Amino acid sequence: MKRSVPLAIVMVGGILFMIQYFIPHQHSQTLFEYYTEWAPIVGAFALVLGVGSLTRLHSHKIKRKAKNWQYSYAVLIPLYSIPFFALVMPQSLGGGMMQTMGGDRLTMGVFDFAYMNIQVPIQATMFSLLAFYIASAAFRAFRAKSALATVLLLSAVIVMLGQVPIGELLGKWFPKVGLWILRYPNLGAKRAISLGVGFGVLATQLKIIFGVERNWLGGAGE
Amino acid sequence: MQRKVPALLLAMLLATGLAWAQAEEAPLADPVEATESAEEAVIEGVEVEADAPITSAPIGDGMVPPSGIVASDWPNDAGDALLVSWEPGSETGNETFIGYSVYRRIQGEEELALVAVLELDDGTSFIDGYDPDYWVEPGVQYEYSVAAMYMNGGEVASEITAAQETAANQFYHTGKTRVLFGCVLFLGLILFYFHAAQRGLEMYLRPIAGIEAIDEAIGRATEMGKPILYVPGLSTISDVATIASITILGRVAKKVAEYGTPLLVPNRDPIVYTIAEETVKQAYMEAGRPDAFDKDSVFFLTQSQFAFVAGVNGIMMREKPATNFYLGMFWAESLILAETGSLSGAIQIAGTDAVTQLPFFITTCDYTLIGEELYAASAYLGREPKQLGSIKGQDACKGIIMAVITLGILLSLTDLIAGTETLNWLKNLITMPIVD
Repeated sequence: MKRSVPLAIVMVGGILFMIQYFIPHQHSQTLFEYYTEWAPIVGAFALVLGVGSLTRLHSHKIKRKAKNWQYSYAVLIPLYSIPFFALVMPQSLGGGMMQTMGGDRLTMGVFDFAYMNIQVPIQATMFSLLAFYIASAAFRAFRAKSALATVLLLSAVIVMLGQVPIGELLGKWFPKVGLWILRYPNLGAKRAISLGVGFGVLATQLKIIFGVERNWLGGAGE
Repeated sequence: MQRKVPALLLAMLLATGLAWAQAEEAPLADPVEATESAEEAVIEGVEVEADAPITSAPIGDGMVPPSGIVASDWPNDAGDALLVSWEPGSETGNETFIGYSVYRRIQGEEELALVAVLELDDGTSFIDGYDPDYWVEPGVQYEYSVAAMYMNGGEVASEITAAQETAANQFYHTGKTRVLFGCVLFLGLILFYFHAAQRGLEMYLRPIAGIEAIDEAIGRATEMGKPILYVPGLSTISDVATIASITILGRVAKKVAEYGTPLLVPNRDPIVYTIAEETVKQAYMEAGRPDAFDKDSVFFLTQSQFAFVAGVNGIMMREKPATNFYLGMFWAESLILAETGSLSGAIQIAGTDAVTQLPFFITTCDYTLIGEELYAASAYLGREPKQLGSIKGQDACKGIIMAVITLGILLSLTDLIAGTETLNWLKNLITMPIVD
């Protein structure tokens, strides 16, 4: 029962929405819209489980005084205090969320302050690390250790020089050849991967619909 | 300079205001005056021939409005659109003609509502019902009037004409017939191989290094006594790559349970977290070691993309896992994760169907499952007949596509060399859009 009901729902739903794609009728569209509206609601409920998991994990760490247990406070305190400031604390005491009128800030509480001055800069910092990592990854990828790696290195140099003004100064053909590499060999390879992915997705969906693949139910294929 | 700029802006504003005021007054003038004012107001930049008939509307005499309005049902929809077309009147060739206004009302009502304003380039037809403010209801009889618009704001309107058809719901999208054909063909092939595999047909699968390295990677972690980190992507469960990743997680967790190696599974999506936890728990049960399952091994981290990356990177640097798996859907964070893993000295196996992230994984990881290999991994690890059959089915589908592409190339080359277009009909059949 625990398995057969979800399997039946998936099978019926999968076949139904496969057919729905070919039916433009109003009822068919309404059914699809209902489904797409319901899906995020389920997600919202699952968030409670997620927060519960995080709380359990870090409270266990603190309780057991596990390695680096102090960091768990850095997770748990903001996890509960920030929503408290945003949703419970009165505005007069720095609570609530930012209110604006015509682009002007009317109020800014602890929640907005923390978001704008802590979370946003930290996220930007994480993202900016990408630039340095790309440089180190490029260095590793472009070492000409074999014939294929040399071809890769040459292609990369041509494409990169084709994208910057100095490339055109060095040779008029750089942008043209760079564009050709991007448009033909590169695009061809990307399309081949996309094609394989498309069939992989199709086959996986069929396996799920017909109950061949059941791991998503929480089992290991049995 | 600082004073000149505001003065210039003020002058431009005044000039614009005056021009606007003139344009607003023009339609209220009497026809003769309006004609003159239209001549005066011939807007800068619009070239008018000296002897071109510049007329303002409405002037009545001599002006033939658009006619022959035809409103028919737009096919392949939910009965929410009508195709309206008309024949132009005497506005064609008139330099002051700027476009059409389309008016509509429900039959029996008095007032007409303006449902569309078309510019010259928009032609003499439009699909009514796409504007969310003026939707078309199925089965309702509408009436239309089309007016030619002139530069001075005047309009010459056609007679009100009842729509020849009402908008109707359709039960089949005829433009998707080719998609249906492709689906039936590919579904048939995959199902055929499912059954062939069940009947015991021997199937050879080429070895994939990334999948074969999974056992080796788990063994390495076991020998080193360090944990294994498994990231099931950052997407939701509705992403097929995530489902494929969860399937592989089940296989990995079973082996991990058998070897008694610690496992860490951080999650970004709460639904994926619950499914991953159940999957790992079930794997430990199947391995006969339910007591070894640690509830804290599978956990939710955060929904924020870069906060998740920061969290996982922190785990890598503190716990120093011996093996990192990144299988599923990844975005910009892929390189940050893989580079940190590389710095921590872990053996790394990645797999994703995100084409833009594949180069980063290939560069930084020891093994990478490229695109469809991610979906095939579960079948490789399980070796169940039906799973293997699905891979053979995919291969057959790809074989057909490859044959069609090769045929297209040959036809193009033949035409190019011979300088003919004799095989164009076949080439068009191959290259035509899949959905009309």
